[in-house]
Amino acid sequence: MSVLLDRPAALVRSVHRARRRRVRRTVAALTVAVLAMFLVDVLLGTYTVTMPDFLRILGGTEIPGASFIVMENKLPRAVVGLLAGAAFGVSGAVCQTLLRNPLASPDVIGVTSGASAAAVLGIVVLGVRGQGVSWLALAGGLLVALTLHVMARGGGASCHRLVLVGIGCAALLQAVTSYLLTRSDIRTASEVMVWLNGSLNDSTWERAAHLLLATGLLLPVAAHLAHGLRGLELGDDAAAGLGVPVARVRLGLLLLAVALAAVATAATGPVAFVAFLSGPIARRLLGGAVSLPAAGLVGALVVLAAELVAANLVPGAVLPVGVVTGALGAPFLLWLLVTGSRVGRGG
Amino acid sequence: MSGHHTLGARDLTLGYGAAPIVEELSLTVPRGKVTTIVGANACGKSTLLRGLARLLRPAAGQVLLDGRSIHDLPTRQVARVMGLLPQSPVAPDGLTVVDLVGRGRSPHQGWFRQWSAADETAVATALEATGTLDLAHRTVDELSGGQRQRVWIAMALAQETDVLLLDEPTTFLDVAHQVDVLDLLADLNQRRGTTVVAVLHDLNLAARYSDHMVALLAGRVVAAGPPRAVVTEATVGDVFGMRCTVIDDPVAGTPLVIPLGRKQAGPAASRAVAAGARA
Repeated sequence: MSVLLDRPAALVRSVHRARRRRVRRTVAALTVAVLAMFLVDVLLGTYTVTMPDFLRILGGTEIPGASFIVMENKLPRAVVGLLAGAAFGVSGAVCQTLLRNPLASPDVIGVTSGASAAAVLGIVVLGVRGQGVSWLALAGGLLVALTLHVMARGGGASCHRLVLVGIGCAALLQAVTSYLLTRSDIRTASEVMVWLNGSLNDSTWERAAHLLLATGLLLPVAAHLAHGLRGLELGDDAAAGLGVPVARVRLGLLLLAVALAAVATAATGPVAFVAFLSGPIARRLLGGAVSLPAAGLVGALVVLAAELVAANLVPGAVLPVGVVTGALGAPFLLWLLVTGSRVGRGG
Repeated sequence: MSGHHTLGARDLTLGYGAAPIVEELSLTVPRGKVTTIVGANACGKSTLLRGLARLLRPAAGQVLLDGRSIHDLPTRQVARVMGLLPQSPVAPDGLTVVDLVGRGRSPHQGWFRQWSAADETAVATALEATGTLDLAHRTVDELSGGQRQRVWIAMALAQETDVLLLDEPTTFLDVAHQVDVLDLLADLNQRRGTTVVAVLHDLNLAARYSDHMVALLAGRVVAAGPPRAVVTEATVGDVFGMRCTVIDDPVAGTPLVIPLGRKQAGPAASRAVAAGARA
């Protein structure tokens, strides 16, 4: 470094490039890891498919048994897991950065609980099925976000207050979901179970297509708003000084994060802690600024890895993926609370 | 880069809730000069600066940049003319100094104009000007308070704006670092002709470094002009509600406020006041 002190622009360039290289390498490594985990999920398990067979199946060859398992079960599961994980990851990183608090992820502050409660309400009380459930989930998530927005505004926009109110909302909504579950008959209840834990077990191509469409629309918006998010990381005033239209960008990012969390919840149920874990893990890998691509990839990786464990941990039974992510996420939450002095920096 | 842009306020009323904090305030910031805003706690000086920086929408009146209402201009366009150092900016953990200062370039970047050689030069110049070049690869969270403040000023400098607003840039710094930061702003003003507007707590440092001072009391301007016209026993008495005597700063020749607390209000203080009155 010191040899460059007499050539300042070259020094700046070298530091800037080193940083960029690290981001590029991390994102590339994460991409490879996600693809590898995707293949492992599809190919391995109680029914193992070889790579050549997999390629032949994709090419349209019918292999008795294998074709059905890959095309109707494993592949849609992995696709839904990948997309939902990415959506949860980006949503969490946006929320945590926006509210400058690692606790402020949509699954902790009740957005995903709102989505689940609305979905369960629809299934149990209104008898809604299929795509209607997804819309209800989205509406539920938005409603919680709106409630938090209004309540936090009343108290002078304190982020800590918003997190506490959110945790309260989450508990209340989970109680609502449990209550609705006890009121339903046994067949509906098993259908609703997904909204308690989060699971890829019911993944279909139809669900994967909906999720692909939603994330395909929302992720480019995230890329567009990421620039503003980098400004907001420095505080609202500094961001405004840099020419970021703060109020508009904040609202846009909040809606985006809620929408991503809600569409992912609509597809898989509230997969515990994925949104909460992804931002901080991505940040730790990169050291420094928020990176939405990295957070999305970490989210996808966490869900796919958890799915591998969930599918193979107990022989003969497929656990909901949320059970595994919950077991991973809870210790991390405790660790964050214990090392509380560092809280307040955002994921 | 030589003070082409003008900033001012006309009948400006600012507030956060029902009660206005700044009321019907008009002010012209002299081009290419150092202006400081002084006043007691809660007199509205930070609110006024936030208003000038378009962070607050006026309840009435206007902030004028080059004669046009600042809220009618695209905020990115304003950011290329006017930089801001807010009171308590936050840097995320692990952000390097180059990364942070580089963000000052964002008003000049866009979808099609990403990081360029011009940005590198601007960041390097800003680091050099603030004496932080040797910190370039460090992360902001591991810097000392004085270094951090310099780095934040470097970010505002990298923005390459004609006007620079600073909200209490010397708070939390010891006296040596306060003088450092103010020297830096004076250099910037002299070399580049940057118009500097700062809210300062320390009257004596404000008097020494300002070309123009604005004293506020309860959201209104009570005095504005060169330090000698503003820093008087009468004005300081009004604004801070404190008896004092004003002498010449033995180093800079600018007015120097000597407070008269109750503790010293004995014969020595009376003599000092009398001497001050004679002088």
